[in-house]
Amino acid sequence: MAKPQTITQKILAAHAGKEYVEPGELILARVDIALGNDITAPLAIRAFQEAGGKQVFDKERVVLVSDHFAPNKDIPSAIQCQTVRQFARSQGLTHFYEGGEMGVEHALLPEKGIVGPGDLIVGADSHTCTYGALGAFASGVGSTDLAAAMITGECWLKVPESIRLVYNGQRRAWVTGKDLILMTIGDLGVDGANYLAMEFTGEAIGRLSMAGRFSMANMAVEAGAKNGIIAPDAITLEYVKGRALRPYAVFESDPQAEYLFEKTYEVSGLEPQVACPPSPENVVPVSELGLIPIDQAVIGSCTNGRLEDLRLAALVLEGRKVAPGVRLIVIPATPLIYRQALDEGLLAVFMDAGAVISPPTCGPCLGGHMGVLAPGEVAIATTNRNFTGRMGHPQSKVYLANPAVTAASAVAGRICAPEDL
Amino acid sequence: MELKGKVHKFGDDINTDEIIPARYLSTSDPAELAKHAMEDADPEFVTRMRPGDFVVAGKNFGCGSSREHAPLALKAAGVSGVIAVSFARIFYRNAFNMGLPIFASKDAARDLADGQVISVDLHTGVITDAASGRWYLSQPIPPFMQELLADGGLMAHVKKRLEAKSA
Repeated sequence: MAKPQTITQKILAAHAGKEYVEPGELILARVDIALGNDITAPLAIRAFQEAGGKQVFDKERVVLVSDHFAPNKDIPSAIQCQTVRQFARSQGLTHFYEGGEMGVEHALLPEKGIVGPGDLIVGADSHTCTYGALGAFASGVGSTDLAAAMITGECWLKVPESIRLVYNGQRRAWVTGKDLILMTIGDLGVDGANYLAMEFTGEAIGRLSMAGRFSMANMAVEAGAKNGIIAPDAITLEYVKGRALRPYAVFESDPQAEYLFEKTYEVSGLEPQVACPPSPENVVPVSELGLIPIDQAVIGSCTNGRLEDLRLAALVLEGRKVAPGVRLIVIPATPLIYRQALDEGLLAVFMDAGAVISPPTCGPCLGGHMGVLAPGEVAIATTNRNFTGRMGHPQSKVYLANPAVTAASAVAGRICAPEDL
Repeated sequence: MELKGKVHKFGDDINTDEIIPARYLSTSDPAELAKHAMEDADPEFVTRMRPGDFVVAGKNFGCGSSREHAPLALKAAGVSGVIAVSFARIFYRNAFNMGLPIFASKDAARDLADGQVISVDLHTGVITDAASGRWYLSQPIPPFMQELLADGGLMAHVKKRLEAKSA
């Protein structure tokens, strides 16, 4: 009988032309999609050219998205976007996105069906792990690894050991996938899953929408993981239907597969979680936070800029106003999400509440533009990192939360739960 | 080959936003990035350090973003290498690809103090405290990484394969 494997092992084996791969084994894996953005691609393009690269391995499978410092925030950023554009055009890449077609990469690629279940994706962006929510193996790499993958269509990978994280129970109101992953990072720590595959499972995952699952897989890297993954189910296949540009494959872990360790979380009593600066592991329930006045609230990013996130925020903001002195910035993650939010009337709710609506961009999440913080300022954000200086000045602070808590905090002028309004 | 320099000590979980803040990522020019190396962990670092010095840190050095600008900034600033209890996964890989020597050694990372002069043997990974003569072993470099290093890094390795293919 074949040796039991986890879903991560199975996808890696399938891409290495093997029946079985062992954790710790080094494999040369075939890459389905290689991804870069306006910050990481210029370095990769330089390495590509220095290595004598002429043509990418497949113009359908190298994806470039100018989303970080775009729309171009200054002249150097404009030059970086220009470098990416020139390379994409000269290579005839099918999937190059900028301007009105550009969305935050990790929201855009699943939405367009560029990535799907069973894929192996490497991206020069740490949040590439987002696609694990589709039952794919997806991992962040550096620009040099991206350059090598653009040339060869392959990537060296060490097969990770897996950990199994089981979520049971029924979520309370205003508790989302973001809260489950924040709670998990708080439990494991920022290196608790270093080099490991985080496999999310259990009835509470089964009840999560794709948006919630993307939020969870997205932040796997915040626990140091190589990838986060959720086996496809009916919800996944419904999402993929009509989107997938290529055939996809559904894998799942064998019942006897081996895990480095397993943890079970009961989510029924869980309240919304907040990660306090300067680390995503400093997680506390919102009710235990004490009085934290805020200057800015940001709703968006590859973690929480999807339509469902905006709907949740609108539910809280409807008929309410942002507190005086607080700047609320809403960033729909893709042009399609922007359009749907417009059609559903969500943007009107945001504008009536006094929010600024930004075009799709990574923008303030990494202190780029569209809401950078001054010394001493405090923000609450639906983003993924609250490191020192992440959203601007090193003496500013960022708290991480879900869209409902972030919206409620914008109204109250201090961090609070929607029930507190 | 032996590297020699002063220790600059940092704590646990030093992330890539501290190593090179995103506000400087509108360029990939090594000289520009070098000016801001470690800025959000220690704004005085680039003025205090001398080329050849070492960064010594706790666990999970380089966590966070995949930006290769992080090892690039350290290398361009003249940092000889980084010694830490452990490294975050993407940084570890990027450091090799960028040619920034890194050494995982729990004891060295714990014992060494700011300002101490150390020497590090690149091949054996042995770290020696110049004053006391005390030495530390670092974790061996995996054979695959050694192969890449012998080829001159990942891109040189790829280039070699490309040339072999077209020959």
